[in-house]
Amino acid sequence: MNVKYMYSFLAVIVLFLIAYVGTEAVGLQWLFGVLIPYVALAVFLVGFIRRVMGWARSAVPFRIPTTCGQQRTLPWIRPNRIDNPSTTGGVIARMFLEIVAFRSLFRNTRMKAKADGRITYQWEIFLWVGALAFHYAFAVVLARHLRFFLEPVPAPIKLLETVDAFFQFGLPVVYLSGVVLLIAVAYLALRRIFIPMVRYISLANDFFPLFLIFGIAFTGILMRYFSKVDILSIKALTMGLVSFSFPDTEVLKAIDGLFYGHLFFVSVLLAYFPFSKLMHMGGIFLSPTRNLPNDTRMHRHVNPWNYPVDVHTYAEYEDDFREKMVEAGLPVDKPLEPAEAEKE
Amino acid sequence: MNDKGKIVTGLVIFAALVTFPFWYNLGKAAPPPEVVLTEKAKAAGECVMPKEEIRTEHMQLLDVWRDTQVRDGQTVYINAKGKAYTMSLSNTCLDCHSNYKDFCDRCHAYASTDPYCWDCHIDNPKEGE
Repeated sequence: MNVKYMYSFLAVIVLFLIAYVGTEAVGLQWLFGVLIPYVALAVFLVGFIRRVMGWARSAVPFRIPTTCGQQRTLPWIRPNRIDNPSTTGGVIARMFLEIVAFRSLFRNTRMKAKADGRITYQWEIFLWVGALAFHYAFAVVLARHLRFFLEPVPAPIKLLETVDAFFQFGLPVVYLSGVVLLIAVAYLALRRIFIPMVRYISLANDFFPLFLIFGIAFTGILMRYFSKVDILSIKALTMGLVSFSFPDTEVLKAIDGLFYGHLFFVSVLLAYFPFSKLMHMGGIFLSPTRNLPNDTRMHRHVNPWNYPVDVHTYAEYEDDFREKMVEAGLPVDKPLEPAEAEKE
Repeated sequence: MNDKGKIVTGLVIFAALVTFPFWYNLGKAAPPPEVVLTEKAKAAGECVMPKEEIRTEHMQLLDVWRDTQVRDGQTVYINAKGKAYTMSLSNTCLDCHSNYKDFCDRCHAYASTDPYCWDCHIDNPKEGE
């Protein structure tokens, strides 16, 4: 047993129980349905902005792009314009592909020692596949949830729902994104638990968000397909949250505790977000190893944080002490000119 | 490289996206719709299942009905109270709830669910609207 993932796992279970018991037994629907989501959203927004502004303030005195291809050099050597960009256009292409296609994960390799002792580096694609599936499924799930927060529901959201339920199986119709999200997040968590090298470098703050997101997907799927909840009361609550006109307490009480568990998970995720590794969402845009062109040989970069420093060069020093240096027999760059010295 | 201007622009866009539902619904309250019961439904007084259950489970009940009818050839459903109903969307459900626009559609539109039941059943002349 590994305390790092056991504690994270227990924390997620306890969080669910807090919300479930808090609403079903204690009747704190206002706390878990209204107050905590607002606080969580405020913490998320303020924390996110503060964190990014902190990064914006830190000095990036010179360009540190990691290069993954041939630098632009002599005209007859073909440069790699995206993996070693020297122009803003190249950087934009590189950043775009990094953000939408996770190219640095695509290069993931695994080192293995073969039976004869030779070391091989094997291309390991599954982290990339899992990450891609996870992020896109989560994005679709997030966008689909806008149907609870917008009235009337805009056509693009409806279109997304139709595409997501394309195969029309199950009842209510199964959304593929939810299933993919659950499988992908489970894979990413199991990978950290079962691959010894990855487990060794994994901390509780790696496991906790994975388990939390698993909990979100799991409770969501449970509500939609298995233990049914009153969707109209839920939309009344969510619409109340975004339009500040809350439904009656009876409506809140009519909603099952499972929903409040789901909502509490999401609130915890939002509030935890700015203080965690999940900030890579904003951080990827500010990665200096990716978002800077490799043009240090073309332009001189002056650190914008430089302040003026009073310098006293050797030439000035020699001007001050030339006569004394010559008297003492020390070599000087500029010989003493007796004619000039006499004039003065 | 001092990119504060670009970063602040990005953050403003991000904050606008996150708070988008608040802008979109500005000043509009959206309470859940009230369904209209037809005279026939009011007269019947009770549905196949209790109100809370039928609200959340009706789609699954209809699915079971369809499968039982088509695969097993049974046409009669006995509910928890022991009352018998014909397993038919058109002839049982829509017999009472003949006002599609003011009954089915209101909640379905609010919850943005678009079941394909109506692709066939709504053209049934028996159902009125």
